[in-house]
Amino acid sequence: MNVLKTLAIAAAGLVLSFGAAQAEGQKTAKDISYSFEWPFGHFDREQLQRGYKVYKEVCSNCHAMHQMSFRNLSQPGGPEFSDEQVKALAAGYQVQDGPNETGDMFERPGLPSDRFPSPFPNEQASRAANGGAYPPDLSLITKSRPGWYGTINQLINGIGGPQYVYSVLTGYTPDDQLTEELKKEQPEGKYHNPYFANGHWIGMPPPLSDGAVTFDDGTPSTVDQMARDVSAFLAWTAEPKMEQRKRTGFMVMIFLGILASLLYLVKKKVWADVH
Amino acid sequence: MSGHASNYQPKSAFAKWFHERLPIMDMVQGQVLDFPTPKNLNYFWTFGGILAVMLLIQIVTGVVLAMHYTPHVDMAFDSVEHIMRDVNSGWMLRYMHANGASMFFIAVYIHMFRGMYYGSYKAPREVLWMIGVLIYLIMMATAFMGYVLPWGQMSFWGAKVITNLFSAIPFFGDSITTLLWGGYSVDNPTLNRFFSLHYLLPFVLAGLVILHIWALHVVGNNNPTGVSVKSAQDTIPFSPYYTVKDAFAIVVFLMFYAAWVFFSPNYLGHAINYQEANPLVTPAHIVPEWYYLPFYAILRAIPDKLGGVIAMFGSILILFALPWLDTSKVRSGNYRPIFKQFFWLFVINCIILGFAGSGAPDNYFLSHEAANPDKWALTYKLVGQICTAYYFLHFLVILPLLGLLETPKPLPASISDAVLARSNPSTAHVPAE
Repeated sequence: MNVLKTLAIAAAGLVLSFGAAQAEGQKTAKDISYSFEWPFGHFDREQLQRGYKVYKEVCSNCHAMHQMSFRNLSQPGGPEFSDEQVKALAAGYQVQDGPNETGDMFERPGLPSDRFPSPFPNEQASRAANGGAYPPDLSLITKSRPGWYGTINQLINGIGGPQYVYSVLTGYTPDDQLTEELKKEQPEGKYHNPYFANGHWIGMPPPLSDGAVTFDDGTPSTVDQMARDVSAFLAWTAEPKMEQRKRTGFMVMIFLGILASLLYLVKKKVWADVH
Repeated sequence: MSGHASNYQPKSAFAKWFHERLPIMDMVQGQVLDFPTPKNLNYFWTFGGILAVMLLIQIVTGVVLAMHYTPHVDMAFDSVEHIMRDVNSGWMLRYMHANGASMFFIAVYIHMFRGMYYGSYKAPREVLWMIGVLIYLIMMATAFMGYVLPWGQMSFWGAKVITNLFSAIPFFGDSITTLLWGGYSVDNPTLNRFFSLHYLLPFVLAGLVILHIWALHVVGNNNPTGVSVKSAQDTIPFSPYYTVKDAFAIVVFLMFYAAWVFFSPNYLGHAINYQEANPLVTPAHIVPEWYYLPFYAILRAIPDKLGGVIAMFGSILILFALPWLDTSKVRSGNYRPIFKQFFWLFVINCIILGFAGSGAPDNYFLSHEAANPDKWALTYKLVGQICTAYYFLHFLVILPLLGLLETPKPLPASISDAVLARSNPSTAHVPAE
C-alpha cells in the first residue's frame, strides 16, 4: 500500500518534469536574468526607460504596440517618465482624429491619452512593406512566446518570454558564417535565427547594431545591452501591473497566513473535548 | 429534510412572528448549526466547503468581469486586455477568475477521489453521488465555454476542435454543430452564445449544489470508517466543530490559490492564448486546459472519430453507474486491502492519462521527438490507449469482481469505537459484523 502510494507520488513527480510541445528545431532561449524575476523582483526604471528608447527608435518602425497608451509610460510600476516628459513625447507623434464638424479626418499632435500609433494601417500594408512577413504587435509578445518548455522548468523559471525576445535579437547567424547546407535552403530575404519560434528563418533583418541608439544615461549601447533593455521594456508592456500584483500578493498572503493560524488555534480549542 | 428535529425556539416576539410565517431560522438551526455530523471526518471532507467557496468566488468575479468584457470577435481580446490594464484591479479579477477555474477543478478532483476511496457513492448515497457527477459535467461545459471568451488562439482552436466532435454523431451531427456554432464555422455567433451560456450555467450549478447538499442532509455524511452512524455518540453538531475546521481548511486552500493568482498567474494557461484568435493560422499543438487532458487522451486513443467521442463521454457517464458497478458492501477503502491498491493504481492511471493527452500523439511519450513510424514505439498515443483500456477495466471488471472476491478487514462496531481505538490502541480489536 505504502509502496504504491510512494510510486504514485514518484510517477507524478517524474512525469511532471517533462512537458508540453516545443516547436521543432527551436533553440532554447538564453537564460539571462532580469531584475523583475521571482516574487520579490521589480522593474528597473532606468532599464525600462532605455528599453523604451530602443523600442521607439528601432522596433516601432515596423512593430505596433496597440495595447499601450503614452500615459502608461508615467504610471507607477513602469518606466515612470514624468508627466511633462510623456506630454512632450506624445506630442512628437501625429495622430489621426475626427471627423470634425465638416466631416473630415484631421491630424493633430498626440496626447498622453492616445494609444501608440501603429506603423502600418493594416496587416496587408504591413506585409507589403516587409517582404510578406508580418511584424507582430509587441504589446504582449513576452507573454505569448515561451523561450523554453517543460512543466517543472516553466513553473520555476517562468516561460522565458523576455529571454525569447533577447535571444532572437542577439541570436542571428551572420550570413558569412552560414554552412553550405543552410545557404542552400536559405529563402530569399530571410535570415537565419535558431531562436525564432517559427522555423529558424526569420523575415526581420538583424535590427540592432552597436551604437544604434544613444542612451541618455550614458550606458554604452551594445547590441547585448539594447536587447536586454528592450526585452525588459516589453516584459513591462505585457504585464504593466506586475509590481502592483506582487505587492498585493504579499499583503494577501500575510493576511491569510495570520487568519489561518488563528483559525487553527480556535479549531484546536473547540475540538479539545471531542473523543 | 432528514429526520433530525430542530431545537429552534424563537426568542423574541418578532422571531416568533417570523417563524410562524417562514421557518427558515428553524432550518438554519437544524441543518446548519446543529446538524449531526460524524465526529471522525478528516480534512478530505473539507473540500465540499472549499468547492462552495470557489463557486461563489467564480460567480462574483465573473459577474464583475462581464461588466467590462465585450463578446464580439473584433473586441473580445482587446476588452480582456482593457480589463488587465485599465480597469481598477481588473488584473486581479481576471487572474482570480482564470486561476479560480483551475483551483475549482483541483478541489473537485480531490472531492471525487475522496468519494471513490471511502465509498461515498454506495447506498444510501447513490443520488447524492449522481447529482455530483452532473455538477462535474456542467462544470466542464462551463469552463470550456469560459476559456473561449478571451478569444485567443487556443480559445478559438480549442472551440473548433471540441465543437467539431459533435459532428461525429450519426444523423444529427451536422445539425448539432451548426446549432452550437450559430453558423457554419466558429465565429461571432459562437462567441455570443458561449458568453450567454457561460453566464447562465453557474447559476444552474448553484441550483444543483443546493440539491447536492439537500441529498447529503437526507442521508447524512459518510465518514472515513464507512460505518453508518449508530448513535448520538458518533456525531457532533456541525457548528462549531465543522464550521471552524472547514473555515481553517478553506483559508489554507485560499493561500494556495492566492500563490497562483499573485505569483504565477499565467502558468496554468497557454502562452499562445495571449495571441489574438486567427482563423487562418492553426497552432502547432492544440491542447485543452490541464483539467481536460485525461479525457482528451481518451478521445485520441480511439482511431475512429465517433468511437473516440463515445469513449470520452462514456468515461464520464460511467461514473453515474459507479454505485452499482462496485459490488462490495464495505464502503471505506481503509477496510478493503486489495481495493485500496487498485484505487491508487487508478489514480496513477488518471495522472498518466493526463500526460498522454498533453503531447503530440506520434511523439515518443514524454519527449519532443517524433517516433519512427516503422518501428514499435511507446508514443503518447499508445500510452493513452493502454491507460484508456485500464480506465474502463477498473470500472467494468475490477470493481465488480473485487466486491465478490476480496475479504474485507473487520469493521469497527461504531464510529466511536474506531475513534477510541485510534486514540487508545489498547482497546482496539473489537471486531463486529
